[in-house]
Amino acid sequence: MSTLHPDELTARRLAGEAPGPSLGREFDRDLGDGTLVSDPAVRPTLVLGNRDFHSITETICSWAENKPGKWWGPAFLISSSIAGLGTVMIAYLIVTGVGVWGLNNPVGWGWAIVNFVWWVGIGHAGTLISAILCILKQKWRTSINRFAEAMTIFAVICAGTFPGIHVGRVWFAWFLFPFPNSNAIWPNFRSPLLWDVFAVGTYFTVSLLFWYMGMIPDIATLRDRAMRRLHTTSAGGKIEVAIGKVRALAYGFLAMGWRFSSRHWLNYEKAYILLAGIATPLVLSVHSVVSFDFAVSIVPGWHTTIFPPYFVAGAIFSGFAMVLTLLIPARELYPGMKDFVTSRTLENMCKIITVTGSMVGFAYGMEFFIAWYSASSFEQQAFIIRAMGPYWWAYAIMVTCNVVSPQVFWFKWARTTPWFIFIVSIVVNIGMWFERFVIVTTLSSDFLPGSWGYYSPTYVDVLTFVGSLGIFMTLFLLFMRFLPMLAISEVKNVIPQASPHGHDDHKANQGQGY
Amino acid sequence: MAHSTSTNPAPARAQTWGVLAEFRNPADIYHAAEKVRDAGYRRWDVYAPIPIHGIDEAMGLKPSRMAWLVGTAAAIGASGGFLLQWWTSAVAYPMIVHGKPYGAWEAFIPVTFELGVLLAGITAVFGMLAVNGLPRWSHPLFTSERFLSASDDGFFIAIESRDPKFDPAATAKFLESAGAIGVETVEGD
Repeated sequence: MSTLHPDELTARRLAGEAPGPSLGREFDRDLGDGTLVSDPAVRPTLVLGNRDFHSITETICSWAENKPGKWWGPAFLISSSIAGLGTVMIAYLIVTGVGVWGLNNPVGWGWAIVNFVWWVGIGHAGTLISAILCILKQKWRTSINRFAEAMTIFAVICAGTFPGIHVGRVWFAWFLFPFPNSNAIWPNFRSPLLWDVFAVGTYFTVSLLFWYMGMIPDIATLRDRAMRRLHTTSAGGKIEVAIGKVRALAYGFLAMGWRFSSRHWLNYEKAYILLAGIATPLVLSVHSVVSFDFAVSIVPGWHTTIFPPYFVAGAIFSGFAMVLTLLIPARELYPGMKDFVTSRTLENMCKIITVTGSMVGFAYGMEFFIAWYSASSFEQQAFIIRAMGPYWWAYAIMVTCNVVSPQVFWFKWARTTPWFIFIVSIVVNIGMWFERFVIVTTLSSDFLPGSWGYYSPTYVDVLTFVGSLGIFMTLFLLFMRFLPMLAISEVKNVIPQASPHGHDDHKANQGQGY
Repeated sequence: MAHSTSTNPAPARAQTWGVLAEFRNPADIYHAAEKVRDAGYRRWDVYAPIPIHGIDEAMGLKPSRMAWLVGTAAAIGASGGFLLQWWTSAVAYPMIVHGKPYGAWEAFIPVTFELGVLLAGITAVFGMLAVNGLPRWSHPLFTSERFLSASDDGFFIAIESRDPKFDPAATAKFLESAGAIGVETVEGD
């Protein structure tokens, strides 16, 4: 044994050919919930608490079936009030015109586009988790994919609102679509803004379908439980029975009559992997197309080829931060959720944040290098102004939040301490909003110094953005209240009992893999 | 395997949809599925809360044809999307943009791609439902109280009465011998 290279020994142990002492550091086991083992030959458990199929169903369904904790009511009230405020602001904008925003002549795109890009970017983590990690067979994704996909849908709803109301006369928004019309005009398909309509529209549709299809078996589980409850509890008030019937009908309708047939599962799994396959290039294309809104123009500071990859990395970076912002409180508030969303899951997400944050930091540096290397004085000036001009504070916030803050996850303590991860995730969200702000306000100083101008938002800008956060949270709270928050059938599939071969094998736990 | 009334003439059986047998876990149902397959049944199915790994082989199922469906949809979506852009930009409403030829294809790539993905995605979901014969909100299996646990932790095999080899007593006995922990007859048609 002593002649074997440590990696070879690990490989043999992974293959089950050699036993052996743990190669990793023993103290790792004391951190968190025991899933943070750094020995690559030890596959930590994916679902804790020795759960069987029934206990998984029971726990996840109980979140949607029972009355939520006392926090839910106030949280919903606050979120929906903020959403209402945002809606009033949008109504005011539509009635009055985009002049209520702080847009001016050099800066024709303000907070609305900042918010649009920020929200679309946030959505990307959901698709990354559900599609790319699915293709890469990362089983730890099963505990967070439903959650992240819901976040995607609601983020894209918020995102789509902003360009929609930015067009000014929203009753002409149908001009964006290629409709045969009495004016005999057609949209300009050479405009990146029109590409955006198709990219974001496709992204929303495919994400919604992906989310819904993944939920069909789980909604069927809720349907069957609602039916059983109706059968068993004959007693009870008329109102309770009526509510029970409405639940059974609603879940029954949405479940499409799914009956867990293996012939159906075969097509279902194929369709799922195909959707993951098409969603993977889709998610990369969407933020690339969003970046074309800027990169295809000739504005200095925007006209760069680095934008597509840089936007995609930033999107995944901010999206993972938003998933963590939502997931960490939910993990505390819902009993039993920590058995599914383990310390290991959080740690993995922190690592992705550090990777994508470093990519974003590299892109910031490379932008400056290319500005210098291009020998274009306009390009150089744009970047000097970006970092040291009137918006230097936004640039400083961006670099601190996006480049410096994710580096804390090199320390094991930082990426295994949920409250700390939560704080960093919010810092990253703020940083990514400022990144979009820095890019959009590049408009304030373009080719002609005579037309330079400073942009500041009005209260309508600010409250519309705050309102979009309210819309997002309202939708998310409704999702947590009524729909299966974790992918029940997928989680069941990663526990050892799911294997048709290793049932009596006591080493079955070894078969689980992250 | 054709469904016809002449193979099942007994009027008492006309109301029997099939026989439903419950099994303990994925391993048991996997081996039972192999037995049902080898016994030559055709109109039967395994019901489980999860897609059991390898059950398609144990059941002798052909691979899913979803890939052909989705691939075709992607091709139609992409070519339709390209034609839409080319026709509107070069034929129906020609306009000089960026000094490029009317039919310059390079700018049409993003929307062509997106429309291919859009149609493929829609087809993957609705095609899957259609191939599976869904939505079907009413089904004889839903009349069985025991079957409600298929969505929780129950593993079932159902053999339908329209299977040529189906015989109420013999099929039930066969499923019991395959390791079922409970067998019942399901009514309906």
